[in-house]
Amino acid sequence: MQTRRKTLKQSAVVAGLLAASGMFPQYAFAAFNKAAFDAKTLPEVLKALGAGAPVESKDVTIGGPDIAENGAVVPLTASTSLPGAKQMLILVEKNPSALIAVFNVTDSVEANFATRAKMGQSSDVYAVAIMADGKVLFAKKEVKVTLGGCGG
Amino acid sequence: MADPMRIRAQVAGDKATVRVLMAHEMESGQRKDAAGKLVPAWHIAEVTATHNGKPVLTAEWGPAVSKNPFLQFVVKGAKAGDKIAVTWKDNKGDTRTDEATAS
Repeated sequence: MQTRRKTLKQSAVVAGLLAASGMFPQYAFAAFNKAAFDAKTLPEVLKALGAGAPVESKDVTIGGPDIAENGAVVPLTASTSLPGAKQMLILVEKNPSALIAVFNVTDSVEANFATRAKMGQSSDVYAVAIMADGKVLFAKKEVKVTLGGCGG
Repeated sequence: MADPMRIRAQVAGDKATVRVLMAHEMESGQRKDAAGKLVPAWHIAEVTATHNGKPVLTAEWGPAVSKNPFLQFVVKGAKAGDKIAVTWKDNKGDTRTDEATAS
């Protein structure tokens, strides 16, 4: 797992150099984990990221509205009070691809992020914390959407 | 070149809450145009934030983040006057960096 992350980082550096030189712009996102963002469900996402089985935890919180009027802009927050979080994920279960965002946590930032997501329909939303010791903790919340934000 | 980001970093104690509003279309790749063809996805894929030049946060985003994305995070050990810079890169290779001073 560690080596995989390193490899990804290195490929990002190389891709960045290539992009800077104006070559192969289509490969500029080697670091972008396409498999994870194509995955449809929480277990598939975790598999694509190389993480273990998730456990529900009270120390991880997902914030969002109970009812979202507009599915194109749903404010969601993910946070954990536990030290040692390595990555925070935000997922929407019933979206065409479940993964919304991955935040790589460092020592200098708190594991507390807020952003806005598009939701196609009412669904459970998940905050997942991947800990440095390999544990995967999650929290979920149901958000009802009255107007979907994925179609046109 | 894309429009500038709006970045605001507010210091409270030894932490700074950074709020960023980026200007980006964030096309999901699910929508169809008038001719019934899928509009290809166009979204911010990578976001990095630095605190006085030191990288503190990287994020990978999918197409499901909202149009003109909002991001909030908390930087530890930040003081007033510190520089917070945010960079995004989209899946077409476009990139933009903006900087703000914490207050």
